[in-house]
Order: sequence, then C-alpha cells, then structure tokens
Amino acid sequence: MNTEIIAIIVMFLGTIALAIPLGKYIAQVFAGNKTIFDPVFNPIERLFYKLTGIDPKVEMSWKQHMAAMLTINMIWFLLGMLVLMTQGVLPLNPDQNPSMTADLAFNTVISFVVNCNLQHYSGETGVSYLGQYWLMFLQFVSAGTGMAAAVTLFRAFRDKTAIDLGNFYEYFIKSCTRILLPLSFAVAIVLAFQGTPMTFEGKDTIVNLQGDTVQVSRGPAAAFVAIKHIGTNGGGFFGTNSAHPFENPTYLSNMVEMAAQMIVPFAMIFAFGYFIKRRKLSWMMFAVMTVGFLMLAIPNIKMEMEGNPALTSMGIDQSLGAMEGKEIRIGAATSGFWSIVTTVISTGSVNSMHDSSMPLSGMNELLAMMINSFYGGAGVGILNFFIFIILAVFISGLMVGRTPEFLGKKIEAREMKIAMIIALIHPFLILISAGLATAFPAQGASTLNNPGFHGFSEILYEYTSSSANNGSGFEGLGDNTPWWNISTGIVLILSRFLPIIGPVAIAGLLAKKKFIPEGEGTLQTDTATFGILVFTVIIIVAALSFFPALTLGPIAEYFSMR
Amino acid sequence: MKKHILPAIKLTLILIVFFAVIYPFAVWAIAQAAPNGGKGEIVTFKGKTYYSNIGQAFTDDHYFWSRPSAANYNAAGSAGSNKGPSNPLYLEEVKGRIDTFLVHNPGITKAEIPADLITASASGLDPHVSLQAAQVQVKRIAKIRNIPEADLKTLVNEHTEKPLLGLFGPAKINVLKLNIALDELASK
Repeated sequence: MNTEIIAIIVMFLGTIALAIPLGKYIAQVFAGNKTIFDPVFNPIERLFYKLTGIDPKVEMSWKQHMAAMLTINMIWFLLGMLVLMTQGVLPLNPDQNPSMTADLAFNTVISFVVNCNLQHYSGETGVSYLGQYWLMFLQFVSAGTGMAAAVTLFRAFRDKTAIDLGNFYEYFIKSCTRILLPLSFAVAIVLAFQGTPMTFEGKDTIVNLQGDTVQVSRGPAAAFVAIKHIGTNGGGFFGTNSAHPFENPTYLSNMVEMAAQMIVPFAMIFAFGYFIKRRKLSWMMFAVMTVGFLMLAIPNIKMEMEGNPALTSMGIDQSLGAMEGKEIRIGAATSGFWSIVTTVISTGSVNSMHDSSMPLSGMNELLAMMINSFYGGAGVGILNFFIFIILAVFISGLMVGRTPEFLGKKIEAREMKIAMIIALIHPFLILISAGLATAFPAQGASTLNNPGFHGFSEILYEYTSSSANNGSGFEGLGDNTPWWNISTGIVLILSRFLPIIGPVAIAGLLAKKKFIPEGEGTLQTDTATFGILVFTVIIIVAALSFFPALTLGPIAEYFSMR
Repeated sequence: MKKHILPAIKLTLILIVFFAVIYPFAVWAIAQAAPNGGKGEIVTFKGKTYYSNIGQAFTDDHYFWSRPSAANYNAAGSAGSNKGPSNPLYLEEVKGRIDTFLVHNPGITKAEIPADLITASASGLDPHVSLQAAQVQVKRIAKIRNIPEADLKTLVNEHTEKPLLGLFGPAKINVLKLNIALDELASK
C-alpha cells in the first residue's frame, strides 16, 4: 500500500485516540476537578489572579461573559496596532523589516485577534521577531477566547436551570495555561529537533554549491509553529507557511503538525460529552463531522494523486501526482489530505499552495470553509455546530408537531431567530463581499494571479477564508491593498464575534429556562437518525447558499479543462 | 464593560510575559541541544556551510537539477507560483520546461520525465526531488562527468531517503547532499 495513505490513516486514527483522553482532561479542568498538572498550574494561576485582582469565583451571566470577552479583545487590538505600526524601530529586528502601514496592521491584528491568521504580508520581510512574538501571543489568547466561549455552552447544558455560567477569566486562563501551553510546548520541542529553527539571529548569507549568493531567513520559529497549530490559528512564521522547509522540515514534523491542529477541536467535542455526562451525544456530533470531513478529504487525496489532466495530456509521467505548489517530502496525497484538514478546522495553515490545487479540490477546500462546522476551530467549532443542532431540532419538532426541545430545554422563537441570523450571516458576508469585489475590477480583478474562472475562485476563496476565520488563501491574489486589507478586516470582525455571541446567547437563554425531564415523546438527539438530520440541514444550508458561486468558479474551471 | 478594562489590561501584560517571553525562551533553551543549536541544520563541504533543509538552485548540466522554483531558491523569501491548473500561460511555461529538459538530456523521452522536474514547489525552496527525477538525469551526468552510469545509479540509491520507518510518507532525495557526493565521487 502507498506509504502516504498508510501515514494518513495512522495519523488520523492516532489523533482520535489521543483526543479522547484529552477531552476527558479538558472536562476535568473546566469542572474544577483535580488533574495531574495542578501542582504546576495552581500556583501560577493564583499569581495571575493576585496580580490582576480578578476573582475567579465571581459567577457571570452570558452577557457579562461576552462583555469581558469583547473588552479584552479590544485591548489586544489596540495594543497590536501599536506594536505592528512601530515594529521597525523596536528591538528584536535583526533583518530591519519595516513597520506596517495602517491598513495592513489593521488587517493583520484583526486577523490574529479573531484566530483567523489571514496574512497579507510575508513573515520573512513583513514582521520583526518582536512582531512575530506579538502575533504568537495572540495565537494563544485567541484560541483561549474561543474555548472559554465554548465552556459557557457546556455549563448551560450541565446545570438544570441557571443564570450564572461561571467566570470568563477562569475559563480563558485555564484554556491558555492548562491546555494550549503544555501541548504547544511538546510540539515545539519536536519541531526544534526535526530542524525548525529556534534562534534570534537574523538572515544568513551563503554562497551555494553552484556559486550563487543567496540569503536564508531564520528566526525563533519552533515555538510559533507549535501554537499556530495547537490553537488552530494557522498563521505562518515564513511566507509559505508549513510548506517552507524550515517550518515543516520532515514527514514526521508534517504528521505532528497535522495531528496538532486536529487534536483540540476533536477533544473539545469529547469534552462536551464528558462535561454534561452525555457521551453518546458527543459521538453523534463527532460521527456527523467525520462523515462530512471524509466526504471532502478522500476525493481531494484522489484528485491530487491523479495529477493535473492538462499536464497528463503533454505526455509526461504523472505518477507523483499534481506537484505544482507541492513539496516532495510531503507528497501529493498528504497535501490533499491536509488541504481539507486545514479548511474544515479553522487553521488555515498550508503545506501546499491551494491556488494550484485541482479545480474540484479547490471546491472542496471552499466547501469545507463554507460549511465551517465539521470539527471547526478550537472552541468555536462546537459553537458553529450547535447552531445547526438548534435548526435540526426545530425542523424535527415541526415534523412531529411538538415544541422543539434540546437537552430538556424548549427552543422558542427568540432562540430560533438568533440561530437563523447566525446561520445566514456566513453566506451573506461571503457572497455580498465577493460580489462587490467582482463588481469593481479595479479593486478585485486587477489583483488576480490567474485569468478566467480560477480568478473568480481567488476572490471567492479570500472572503470565504475570512468569513470562516480560516486564514488560508489562494495566495496568488495580490492582497496587500487597502481594499483587501479593510474589506476582509471587516468581514473578519463580524464573522468572529457574531458567531460567538449568537450561540452563547442561545445557551444563556436556554439555561434560564425550566428543565423538562425526558418523556416518551422527547426527541432523542444522540441517535443516528438525528445525526442524519443535522447532516442534511448542514448540506442544504451550505449547498443552497453557495452552489451558484461555486458554479462560476471551480466547477466552471473543471468543465473547461475536460 | 468599564469594570473589565483594568483587569483586562493587567491580565494582558501578565500573559505577554508568560506566553511571549517565558514560553519561547524555555523552548529556545531546550533547542540549544537540537542540531546546530536550533539555527537550522547544516552540512559542510570544502570548508563551506550549507543549510541541508533549504534547497539550492542547480541548473548546470554537470549537477543533478533541482525543481523549478518561484523564489529562485533565495531563502530571503519563499514563494510558490500560485498558478491555477488551467492557466494557459502556466501551461506554456511547463511546455517550455519539458522542451528545455529534452534538449539537455538527449536520449530521454517525454514519458520518462517525472512531474516534479517541470512543476514549481510550494515553498520555492524544496530541497528534495523524487527518485525518478534523479534517475532520469543519470544519463546526462554520466556523459558530461565521464563517470559510468552504474556508479551514478549506486550513488542515487545510496542517497535515497526511505519513508519514515519504511511506512510513512514518500521516498525522496536531498539534491544538495547528492550533488556534494557527486563532486566527491568526481574528485576521486
């Protein structure tokens, strides 16, 4: 059997096997139970609370949670603008990279604050090491923000009737210290020993074997690349992200990075089940997500292994697969698999150039982000999926003629309105902004790297990636212009905070309601039947909203190549 | 919202110390034990130092060629071509690469050219080529360097890096290491 396929299977199953105990650990952490890391983190956290004056025992309602979350995010944004716009004169800048322009800094800070990591700069020339480390800080705290929001949802369904949903700061700090930090540290060490640089020295100049003089960018990358994956951020230290031979030096590092980006989203699903003591429900969710994931990933592996039909017709040997924009040490099959891992989960790191993917592989990458709820990002994945559960519960309630209920709580008009708005905001943002960019060729078409249908795909991909808070790109796009920086920045803010506030609001409203014990007529939500229903709702919402746009881009390109 | 501002500022400052100073310095300290002290793995040859993970441009006929690169193998940056699969200009470029390869490698047919030799890598710094890509160049190098083809084939085999544990990932050849070995073989 093909050694890449074996590796993919082992890596995927291995990650699930690790995610189950991790999920249990996460549930313990947030329930406040004893865990093995207590001796290390209890004193550290006590110090944090002492220095900040935060009392982690103060309970917050869902609104107070959101107020605390938005306030601290605003501070990160302001501080980030300051750092990136002055980094040129600040220390830790051996390569003398310049400060960012206001529009680029706006885009970059927003993009890292919201866990997206869309990058309209290249790491080698666009940021100093200080800037990189500011961004790395944001990679930790933005993932922690998403997880803290997810835990309010956990709390809402654990307690029978409640207004208080725990303390935002406690959940946030614990996510960062007890979950993201140990995992990142382990991954960083592996990467450093696999050959990822971890030095504060700047560019090196060498004369290569053939006699040409070139420079080699280095930097303290190993620590950065680890949290980039563990926190499902995806922003690269170097311009070409995890395709760069320093950022992803070996096949082993590739396997570790791939597992690293899947493990927290996987574990959060299992943690939900452990936390509310309904493990079957998390298996239903995990199964639905996995079916959707495999339906996108398997075709991509196959299409990338078959190679570009336009090159096949030139008569060359295509047994390696579609190698444009791919690395030999990683291979076509693994690149195809990663392209879906990174898009279903909101990582957006790449180990191949998605712009050069086969047309329908590109479509699957887009679809993964359009659906945006198969696994999803750290914490926020479960929030996105929750919206589809609410929709499915409502529809099945209508079908059997009963008031819809989920986990003993009635779903009523107010919750449904929020769920509908959140479900529709994603297609709305993508399609409207892609439509605008297409309507103004001076802003849109003039920045494209490819003509025709593929060019439209580049525009569509950029906004889809922004709205899904993904951060990968069809990177041919010349995206460091005020238009792209500002328009994607606005999409990023809306598509991050509304889909956090919406589900948390629903959870908060439901938590307040009276608990109705399960009866004979209660809709069972942890069954295969309900799983199929959720899946159908997801497919209908994504397919109906996005099919016309996909037809103009990747599908048209596919048929034009036949 | 007001009451959150002060705690949020204090917490941010503390977390910066923890995650952007202590964490990376801990990794940095351990990385001192990594190959070349975490400054990138190197190989040395004739007193000169090269980064073994960073590909180099090899375009001379007496070396094994690297893959085409959108960054010209200058690791001051990194870049893929980002050309779409149906882009007509891109397809012309690939045709040009095939023709160039055929001109420099007489006796080789089109069907023997593997895809990696005519497509640009993702980073523009790919240090590797496939086994086929090295084997298909043996004939040319044997002729120019006046080394028996069998010796070169042995050299290629010796420098083939097997999949991880023989199970995971593709086999590959580091072009820089192969060319260094080629220079050593030729100077014997």
